[in-house]
Amino acid sequence: MKANCWFGKRDVQVVDVPEPAILNSHDAIVKITSTAICGSDLHLYNGLVPTMEKGDILGHEFMGDVVEVGSAVTKLKTGDRVVVAFPISCGNCFFCRRELFSLCENTNPNAWLAQKLFGHSPAGLYGYTHMLGGFAGGQAEYVRVPFADVGTLKVPDQLSDEQVLFLSDIFPTGYMAAENCNIQAGDTVAVWGCGPVGQFAMKSALMLGAERVIGIDRFPYRMNIARKNTGAEVINYEKCDVYETLMDMTGGLGPDACIDAVGMEAHVPGVIGAYDRAKQAMMLEADRPHVLRQAILACRKGGTVSIPGVYGGFDDKIPLGALMNKALTFKTGQTHVQHYLEPLLGRISSGEIDPSFIVTHEMPLEDAPRAFELFLNKQDDCLKVVLKPH
Amino acid sequence: MTGQQTQQQVPVEEGERRTWARESYEQSYSRDEAVKSSRYLIDVDRNSEQLARTLGWFSIGLGITELFMPRRVEQFLGVQHRSWLVRWMGLREIASGVGILSRRRPAGWLWARVGGDVVDLAGLGMALRSRRANTGNILGALLAVSGVAALDVYCARELRRTSRTGNERVVVRKSIQINRSADEIYRFWRNLENLPRFMSGLESVRGVNDHRSHWVAIGPAGKRIEWDAEIVLEEENRRIEWRSLEGSDIDHQGAVRFEAAPGGRGSFVKVEMVYNPPGGLFGGGVAKLFGRAPEQQIHENLHRLKELMETGEIITTQGQPSGRASSTSWRYDQTVRRAPQSAAQQQDEKSRALNPI
Repeated sequence: MKANCWFGKRDVQVVDVPEPAILNSHDAIVKITSTAICGSDLHLYNGLVPTMEKGDILGHEFMGDVVEVGSAVTKLKTGDRVVVAFPISCGNCFFCRRELFSLCENTNPNAWLAQKLFGHSPAGLYGYTHMLGGFAGGQAEYVRVPFADVGTLKVPDQLSDEQVLFLSDIFPTGYMAAENCNIQAGDTVAVWGCGPVGQFAMKSALMLGAERVIGIDRFPYRMNIARKNTGAEVINYEKCDVYETLMDMTGGLGPDACIDAVGMEAHVPGVIGAYDRAKQAMMLEADRPHVLRQAILACRKGGTVSIPGVYGGFDDKIPLGALMNKALTFKTGQTHVQHYLEPLLGRISSGEIDPSFIVTHEMPLEDAPRAFELFLNKQDDCLKVVLKPH
Repeated sequence: MTGQQTQQQVPVEEGERRTWARESYEQSYSRDEAVKSSRYLIDVDRNSEQLARTLGWFSIGLGITELFMPRRVEQFLGVQHRSWLVRWMGLREIASGVGILSRRRPAGWLWARVGGDVVDLAGLGMALRSRRANTGNILGALLAVSGVAALDVYCARELRRTSRTGNERVVVRKSIQINRSADEIYRFWRNLENLPRFMSGLESVRGVNDHRSHWVAIGPAGKRIEWDAEIVLEEENRRIEWRSLEGSDIDHQGAVRFEAAPGGRGSFVKVEMVYNPPGGLFGGGVAKLFGRAPEQQIHENLHRLKELMETGEIITTQGQPSGRASSTSWRYDQTVRRAPQSAAQQQDEKSRALNPI
């Protein structure tokens, strides 16, 4: 079968690989109908996340039809149309029982590696480094889904792939980011990054009762989508000082909650940007945490900083003094996707939200290398690419 | 929060075979403290480490005196115009002191110190021939240096004895939380034939009778190592302790406890394992058998037990597709799955499932 594999920095290729087989009794094999490129795949594409290996199959946002199930699978059967949650979760450990699915204890065969870096290992993920399991990803014709009963949601035929595909990651990720903000009536929520996760975070913040949502980006087409589809106000950080502007907009209070939907590869102008880039290049700092610094400084006293953006390592110059003295709350984590699958499918079915608004490109799987380039360089107003393997 | 920790005294149970304190391990989270209390299954050789540290500080103290007050030293011994020599000796003392203190088991540095002692003795002997020599003081110093040298030799030998590569006693303690009840895990473990399902390197455990069992492990280069073990202490649903029988290929002791965890967290499983290499044929092999990082290996074993108990299977990526020759990564295979997997285990991972929950 064809699969999009990582071969190094800015080097992905669609190559022929063997088809996946059932390896554990709770596995299922899914024939993929739609698979997407995630912003977090770009961190891998840029070679910034350690423990990738040449030949790893990428992709953690996918859906399709079940073609085979293992002997211990009870809820799924061949022919079911499912969307797959990106964290692999056993459903039975301490964390899964508390619906903290992305913290599952039993799905990372390389847990010790993550444990060395993080103290504990999170759940295994599809196509996202060997430290997080080394599982083959879903930018392929077929994929093996471990613990298929826990990690999949059957979706009704009347909804299109584009409407439900993003339940696999970015819609729940944006939603959890907003939920983490503990939004009260009248709140203002500022969202750094108008990429797909940022768009869903803004939309979700409004669904959860925020009065006002402010998106921060520099690409006009992304800011336009935010304005048009979510009713957000937008700030272009290249044209103005973000802190000053946010203070102007909130009478000096600052946003009640700040969402960092950018993560480790923030585009940072000026001296601090050069500093972070240099340290990242020398592997002295894993991330460029500029957005996080800005969010902490801008956030209202007693407010919440919510971080759906991916960070990987040990970062410098984080204003902990502001965090402490302003009594801020930090909420973060890989998304507990399985916890959100059903309620968010409900919101899609009821027409409250149609997640397909973020799709700008649809391409065959073979074009994955070009799609990565478009997405990375924000060419052709690219916001989200959906790949079709069949 | 204060940093204080309450040390509860738990009475040692009647009829217990050994006095290693399970409780002190529980209560005191300072590993050093716990080890010092030396009431473990096996007492770690802390005395010589302590002695080495004392000798290290002694070196530094003497060195500083020699370096900064060489005249006093000269006066004491009754020699003249040798202050550069005394300073030089002081520097050497400080160097060996720092060397000793910087290592946990500084056998090499102690031998270096023995060399230094010999030089010192020679120096003192020469000082005796000086006309103004304070014979009494020099003889006293000779006696003191000889005494310290003897201590150095003793301590270095003690440390060497237990730290020669491959001949080290392997002591590992690990614990893990498992979301199943203590008696379920106890029952699974008590059926010793289940052990190879989660312990790497172990090929089979066969029960001989209720308390005796025959163990087969795959050693380095695929060599089979076999031994008999017996359960020496057992408390239903709470703990099992076992040890290899006299005359086995390896000298091995183990203890596992199963405790109810608070607040619906299932159980804590706590394991202590000790391998005493007998030297000779298998002396070098044991450390290799259990990997360069036995703690890591036991931890992974326990994690596999957890996976089996919680999900009924051990998750794997071996056999999945990728755009390279091997399905999983060679690099991580080497490090993650260091120990050769037994046939039984592979079989287990492929097909067997323990009552799926």
